[in-house]
Amino acid sequence: MSAQDSSPELPIVVTLGNPNTGKSTLFNRLTGLRQKVGNYPGVTVEQVSGQTEIGGRQVRLVDVPGTYSLAAMSPDEMIAVDVLRGGITDMPAPAAALIVVDATNLRRNLFLASQILEAGVPALIALNMVDRLTAEGVHLDIELLSKRLGVPLVPISAANGTGIDELKAALDAVLRAPAAPHLVLNQSLEDAVARLSTQLAERGVAASAIELRRALIDAGGYAEQRLGQRVGPELEAMLAELRLSVGGGRNLATLEARDRYSWIQAQLKGVEERGPSQRHAAVDTADKVVNHPVLGTLFFALVMAMVFQAVFAWAAPLVDAIDYLTSALGATVGSHLPPGLLNRFITEGVIAGVGSVVVFLPQIIILFTFIIILEDTGYMARAAFLMDRAMRALGLSGQSFIPMLSSFACAVPGIMGTRVIANRHDRLATIMAAPFMTCSARLPVYSLLIAAFVPERHFLGGFINLQGLVLFALYMLGIVGGALTAWLISRLYWSRAKARFLLEMPPYRMPNPRAVLSKLLSRAVTFLQRAGTIIFSVALVVWVLASFPRDDAAPAGMSDADFAAQQLSDSYLGRMSRSVTPLFEPLGWDWKVTAAVIASFPAREVVIAALGTIYAVDGTTEDNANSTLTSRIRAARHADGAPVYTLPMVLGLLIFYALCLQCVSTIAVMRRETGTWRWPLFAWVYMSSLGYLGAWLAVVVGGRMGLG
Amino acid sequence: MSTTLADLRPGEAGVVEGFAQIDETAQRLMQMGVVEGMEIEILRYAPAGDPIEVRVLGYALSLRGKEAANVLVSRSG
Ligand SMILES: Nc1nc2c(ncn2[C@@H]2O[C@H](COP(=O)(O)OP(=O)(O)OP(=O)(O)O)[C@@H](O)[C@H]2O)c(=O)[nH]1
Ligand SMILES: [Mg+2]
Repeated sequence: MSAQDSSPELPIVVTLGNPNTGKSTLFNRLTGLRQKVGNYPGVTVEQVSGQTEIGGRQVRLVDVPGTYSLAAMSPDEMIAVDVLRGGITDMPAPAAALIVVDATNLRRNLFLASQILEAGVPALIALNMVDRLTAEGVHLDIELLSKRLGVPLVPISAANGTGIDELKAALDAVLRAPAAPHLVLNQSLEDAVARLSTQLAERGVAASAIELRRALIDAGGYAEQRLGQRVGPELEAMLAELRLSVGGGRNLATLEARDRYSWIQAQLKGVEERGPSQRHAAVDTADKVVNHPVLGTLFFALVMAMVFQAVFAWAAPLVDAIDYLTSALGATVGSHLPPGLLNRFITEGVIAGVGSVVVFLPQIIILFTFIIILEDTGYMARAAFLMDRAMRALGLSGQSFIPMLSSFACAVPGIMGTRVIANRHDRLATIMAAPFMTCSARLPVYSLLIAAFVPERHFLGGFINLQGLVLFALYMLGIVGGALTAWLISRLYWSRAKARFLLEMPPYRMPNPRAVLSKLLSRAVTFLQRAGTIIFSVALVVWVLASFPRDDAAPAGMSDADFAAQQLSDSYLGRMSRSVTPLFEPLGWDWKVTAAVIASFPAREVVIAALGTIYAVDGTTEDNANSTLTSRIRAARHADGAPVYTLPMVLGLLIFYALCLQCVSTIAVMRRETGTWRWPLFAWVYMSSLGYLGAWLAVVVGGRMGLG
Repeated sequence: MSTTLADLRPGEAGVVEGFAQIDETAQRLMQMGVVEGMEIEILRYAPAGDPIEVRVLGYALSLRGKEAANVLVSRSG
C-alpha cells in the first residue's frame, strides 16, 4: 500500500468506478502525482493516497482499483466495499465517494454507481470522457440524470482538464453539507438487511449495511465467508431464510443484475440518446485487421519485430554518443586527479560502471515508448485476446499476456500487474514466469559481452547479423524458460475450475503525447536513480574489498604490476571469492568473474561496474589509461595464461544472466504478491540452478565443438 | 437443445435469455451487462475460434467459448 500520505485526520475522498474510466487520470490531475494510467482494464491494482486542496482545505484522495460491481468473490475484490465502510487500517470511512463514470458507456457504468449510491456515503458523480461524446454520437441530458439520481453530476474530461474546477466546486459543496443519497432499488432486500443486522446485533456482531447486503446477495462470495468467520455456522441458516424471503427461491445475484439493469434503463430514458457513432466504422475496420485470425497474427508479429528492430538498431547512434561522452568524462576526470587507486576507482568503477548502464538509456526509452504506446492505444487487450489460446496451452490465459509483455521492461510492474488474473494458480504461474522475460537490466550485460566476444558477422547479404542473432536467441531463451516454468507450475496445480478469460476490450484511443512523455520521464528517472544508487554502492563495496588490506611497497625484486596483482589476489575480495570459486570453475570462471557475478545478485546490471572496478584495481591487465572495459576483459588471462573469456564461457555467462534471478526488487515484489517467502525462495534456487546448468552445458558443448 | 451464445456466428446477434448454470463467471457476465433481455452481438472469433469477442451495451467484451456456451440466447438476426 504505497500511501504517499496517510495523515489520518484529513477527510477522505475515494474515487470509485469501472475499470478504465479514467480514475487514475483524474487522481493524477487532482493530486499532481503520477500513478500509472493505461488504456486497458486493471491498470491500478492497489489503493493509493494523495493530497489535494478542495475549497481551501486539504483532502486525502484515494484511488482504488476499478471494478464492475461491489460483489466480491475474493479478498482483493472486497477493497471497494471495505474502503466505503471505513474498514481498512489507517483509513476511516470516506467523507465522500467520487464516482467516476465513462460518459460514453453510462448503462454499464451505472451498475456499480447505483450500488455505491445505496451505500449511505455522500457521493457525487464525475461524468468523464465527455470529449468523446460527440464522436460516439451520444447526447446526454445531464441535468435530468442528476435530478433522477439525486446526486451532483459533473461533466469532465480528466485527460484534457475540462470541468475540473467545476468538479472541485461540487466536491467542496458535498463536503460542506454532507448528505448521503438513499437510493433503494429493492425494498424487500433492504428489509432483509435490516433484519439480518438486528439478528447479528443480538449475537454481539456489528456489521455495516453494505457488507450485509453483499453477504445476502452473493451466495458463497467473500462477504459471506468473512461474516461467517465472525458469526459462526448459524449464519448459513439465517441467510438462507432471508434469501428465500427476498427472492422466493431465485438466485439473488441474478435478480440484482436484472433489476438493476432495468432500473438503469428507466433512469436513462430521455437522458441518453444514441445517434450513429462516427467512430465505430473506423474502429471496426482497425479491429477487423488487428483481430483477424491471420492478419492479426501477422500484425502482431510485425509489431514485435519492430520493437526489436527499434531497440537494437535505432538506438545505436544514441548509445554510441552517450558511450563517447562517458569515456570522455572518464578521461577528463582521470587526467585531473592524481594517478593511483582512487583515480582508477572513480574513472573505471564509478564513471565506467555507472556509465555503462546509463549508456542504455536510449534503448530503455525506446522500449518503454513502445510498451506505453501499446498500453495507451488499447492494443494490449487485443494482444491478450489473440494470445489466449496459445497461453492456454501453457496452462495460462490471455490475461497473463499483459504482465508478461510488461516484464520485458521490468519484472516488478509485470508481477504487480498479475493481480487482475482471477485464477490464483494462473497468477502464481505468471509471477514465476515473469522474471525470465528479458528485462531492461539484462540488456547492458548482454550488449557488453556480445560486443566484446561475438564476432560481427553478417549473413544473407547483411540482413542477419550474428550479434543480433545471439541477442535474439537470448530473448527467446527467456521466453522459452518462462513458458516452460509456467507450464510446469500449472501442471503442479491442475485445477482449471476457475480459469476464465473475461476481458473488456477498451476502445482504441490516440495516445496523448503529453501523457506518454510524462510516463517516459518517470521511467527514465527511476532507471537513472537505480544506476546512481545500487550500482554506485555495489561498485564502492567491491572497490573497498578489492583494495584492502594493502602493503605499502613491493617486496624487492617484484615488478609493480605483479605486486598489484598479488595485492588484489590477497585482498578481502580475492580471499572471499577464491573460497567459492571451485564451485564455478566448471563454468570457466576465475575468481574475478565469480566475484563480479556474486556482487551482481542484488541487481544484475551491477556486474559491469563490478568487473570495471576489479580490473581497474588489477595491475596485470594492460595499463593503458585509454583501455576500455571491453579490451580489459578481452585481455583477461587465467594463471596458466589461457584466456578467461573463451566463446563457450561467454555464451555460458550470457545464459547464466538470461536464467538467473539476480534482482532484489523482483524477489521483494514476489514475496509481497504471493504473501510468503516460499515462492521467491523457490524461484531463486530454481532459476540459479537453471542458470548454472545452462552455463555449464554451454561450456561442455562449446568445448566439444572446439569453440574454445 | 436451446441456442447458446457459442452457436452464433460473427455478425449474428441474439437476445440473452439466461444462463444454463449460475456460476461465478455467469455472475460476472451479468454484472457486466449480459442479463436477460439484453441484445448481444458476436463481433469475431480469435484464431482457433476461441476466445470470442461480443458487443453488449455498446462495448466490446471477450470471453471463452466454454463461457459463451453457458449463455442462453434467442437468435434475433
Ligand atoms: N478521451 C479521453 N480519454 C481519457 C480521459 N480520461 C482518461 N482517459 C484515458 O482512459 C484510459 C484509462 O485511464 P485510467 O486513468 O488508467 O483509468 P482507470 O479508471 O484508473 O483504470 P483502472 O486503473 O484500470 O481501473 C487511459 O488511456 C486514459 O488516457 C478523458 O477524459 N478523455
Ligand atoms: Mg487506475
